Amino acid sequence: MAQSHVLKESPSQTAGPYVHIGLTPNFAEISGVYPHDLGATMITGDAAGEHINLCLRVLDGMDEPMRDALVEIWQADNAGVYNSPSETRGQADPHFTGWGRKAADPQSGEFHFATIKPGRAPHPDGRPMAPHISVWIVARGINIGLHTRVYFADEEQANTEDPVLARIEHRKRVQTLMAIRKGDTYSLDIHLQGKRETVFFDI
Amino acid sequence: MNGKQPPETGAFFARDRTWHAPALTPAYKTSVLRSPQKALLSLDGTISEITGPVFGHSILGAQDDDLIHNFASPGESAIGSRIIVHGRVLDERGKGVAGALVEIWQANAGGRYRHKKEGYIAALDPNFGGCGRTITDVHGYYRFRTVQPGPYPWPNGPNDWRPAHIHFSIFGHGFAQRLITQMYFQHDPMIWKCPIVSTIPDRAAIEQLVAALDMNNTIPMDARAYSFDIVLRGRRSTLFENRKEGN
Repeated sequence: MAQSHVLKESPSQTAGPYVHIGLTPNFAEISGVYPHDLGATMITGDAAGEHINLCLRVLDGMDEPMRDALVEIWQADNAGVYNSPSETRGQADPHFTGWGRKAADPQSGEFHFATIKPGRAPHPDGRPMAPHISVWIVARGINIGLHTRVYFADEEQANTEDPVLARIEHRKRVQTLMAIRKGDTYSLDIHLQGKRETVFFDI
Repeated sequence: MNGKQPPETGAFFARDRTWHAPALTPAYKTSVLRSPQKALLSLDGTISEITGPVFGHSILGAQDDDLIHNFASPGESAIGSRIIVHGRVLDERGKGVAGALVEIWQANAGGRYRHKKEGYIAALDPNFGGCGRTITDVHGYYRFRTVQPGPYPWPNGPNDWRPAHIHFSIFGHGFAQRLITQMYFQHDPMIWKCPIVSTIPDRAAIEQLVAALDMNNTIPMDARAYSFDIVLRGRRSTLFENRKEGN
């Protein structure tokens, strides 16, 4: 059956300065409506794999951390399988949701996710992608949510083989996606503008 | 998930970026330092974007879709013009999106948000929190009960006001479908004066965000209704995924 766009996607609008009221109300001190904020916990039991902390910052064109932003992440489990009905390759780890949502720490502007280091999942062309975490950023001043990825700098061989990273024309920019390990924490600054502007994706 | 439809696993249609606001919209001043300046890298959907989490009805509380009562003291209710906001979450193929998580947030009837950084002099309503959520049914249908939010001033130009609006966050079936937008109210003259609305280049696209007064679904002596459909990206079938002639 031929498929066509019969409708247009609803146009995006900025999440605005009060996005936390809607998406992390307990963080925004609106308590008693929901028992907890969705996406606050990704590991719900004895999840397999390496437990890591992911620490992100989102920096504006003046290199200031955006403390009013909201970040969601989405990733595969330790075996590279997604906890999603659209995953056809098997059952994901039942103790790992794969999805996290966080507000920035009001002081540091850091986003902290307690998660699992993901396994490798295949690219549509069959080659394995390097371990990565998908990231979606919304905030006041962002008209349409920004998609990027976090890769792991210590996965050198896998990163070299990754078909998505291979598409980045200016090779210096590959580094904008590489989280650096210190202990069990991987950290990455996401730059919206400037010489270190992060590679964002139209997915 | 209702489990009646098999999950879809195809890649999403390319996003029509000309229909959306560009990243840099100088009349909306905050966008100037928060807009990427380099070209986006286009990716055809990989498993990372085709998949997405699913939220079951078990996460919902009984009053999550009722903003008039979900923050109010027992026996109390929020102040303001009572409304029903309802509609369908569809995809670009016109198919209802079942099991979509719809989260909303808004100012109270006076235009004041319950937020510590909010500086507008309008009064807080002790019985209004301003957030709600629901999950679409098998046809993609959703429904909220709330109060009509007020317009409010904001520091951008010397005298900019936001039209009355409700923020919508929608989670479809794939991470690539993730969308946040705003709903406006039919016949509000403030819509066409707003620098945030005006970031959208096409008037027809803006009109897609304007909810229509829906007298047929009004509850007499209780609440007026506004209908608002939301469209998420559609996706290709997977039947011929690796055959160029298929799609």
